[in-house]
Amino acid sequence: MTKIHVTTTVNGDPVEFLADPRETLLDALRNHLDLTGTKEGCGTGDCGACSVTVDGTLVCSCLMLAAEADGKAVETIEGMAGEELHPLQRKFIEHAALQCGFCTPGILVAAKALLERNPDPTDTEIRFWLAGNLCRCTGYDKIIRAVQDAAAEMRGAA
Amino acid sequence: MRYHKPTSFADAAAIAAATTGTLRFLAGGTDVLVQMRAGMVQPDDLIDLKHIPDVDQIRQTSDGGWQIGVAVPGIVLGAHPGLTRDWPGVVEGMNLVGSTQVQGRATLAGNLCNGSPAADSVPGMIAAGARVMVTGPNGQRDMAVEHIPAGPGKTNLAKGEVISAILLPPRGRHGGDAYLRFIPRTEMDIAVVGCAISLRLDGDRITEARVALGAVAPTVILSEAAAQAIIGTNLNDAALHALAQAAEASTKPISDKRGTVEFRTEVAGVLARRTAKIAYDRAKGQGK
Repeated sequence: MTKIHVTTTVNGDPVEFLADPRETLLDALRNHLDLTGTKEGCGTGDCGACSVTVDGTLVCSCLMLAAEADGKAVETIEGMAGEELHPLQRKFIEHAALQCGFCTPGILVAAKALLERNPDPTDTEIRFWLAGNLCRCTGYDKIIRAVQDAAAEMRGAA
Repeated sequence: MRYHKPTSFADAAAIAAATTGTLRFLAGGTDVLVQMRAGMVQPDDLIDLKHIPDVDQIRQTSDGGWQIGVAVPGIVLGAHPGLTRDWPGVVEGMNLVGSTQVQGRATLAGNLCNGSPAADSVPGMIAAGARVMVTGPNGQRDMAVEHIPAGPGKTNLAKGEVISAILLPPRGRHGGDAYLRFIPRTEMDIAVVGCAISLRLDGDRITEARVALGAVAPTVILSEAAAQAIIGTNLNDAALHALAQAAEASTKPISDKRGTVEFRTEVAGVLARRTAKIAYDRAKGQGK
């Protein structure tokens, strides 16, 4: 089977790899680029564990072919922290907004995308925005509180 | 699987016409990739439409209508002020499809071609009188959206044909539309029943109406009888009662895990009444 040469940018770094035509962006990130922070939960777009942004739009990387990422800018959880943790990451730790942590990378990426569009969301807006990110541990309340606290800090810092 | 990236719809149609195996078009991919993973569909040829110019564009047509590219995702529709002002029912239907992540990819054209009778964006398009541009090996034609679905998972597009744009008519004055669905939870579910209504007023009186019902028949249906029940009325209680009865009579539902025949029939009437009120208020300029 003919492989497809994909050239893309991941977390600001130019990368290239050869993808099987049927291969998802999720599999390419994990298997070709060793970026295993992005998780596979369901593989069918229901759980959001594989959330990344592509040209700034939040998507499930399991619902996108690697070949479709050619020429795009992909951001994953690995690009979130700089020298220090991102405020969302720090607040998730402070509020214990995770238990097993499997859903956390996807939720952090999704929450960051929300706060970029809406720096001061209501609890309801957060819940609707994150409705595609399933967490089977926390019951979500701590996640909402952590996002609100991070949003408040980011508004203050801005 | 061969992955194609044509740069024109004519090329896409030519590739599609020449294939002998299983073919799928790829816009947002939120259905196709799930079906591929589940093994329901193993395409020999996958034609990615996103390299064709303008497929990601929404533009107003010279007559005041709207042309929507086949790769415009829900999140872009929802953020478009002009489209949301003119056709809020179409936009709210599409925006009910899936999660934020799915909204980042899923398209009107894909929701239509996936052929689900419960597709949330399709009743709104049908009520609006939307048409689609279809490109095939022998050129272009346009079709009413209600003529595209042929049954669950099936369309009336011929071999080699591909939808190349969605066309919404000019909204015009004193018009309003709305879409409601019933699901047993608040978000992230498939419609048990859906209803979209578009109407136009002269003063308080309804002069035009189109009523579309989803998930109550093998395809989304356009109910002429339900429309006639409210045309000429000011949507008083008698008109709403007649609308509900006509909507119920239009349904041919099945019983499945999401709802029984009896439940779907009754909910079709309830949703028709509620949807009509919202569309009416919007036509009056009072709705949200």
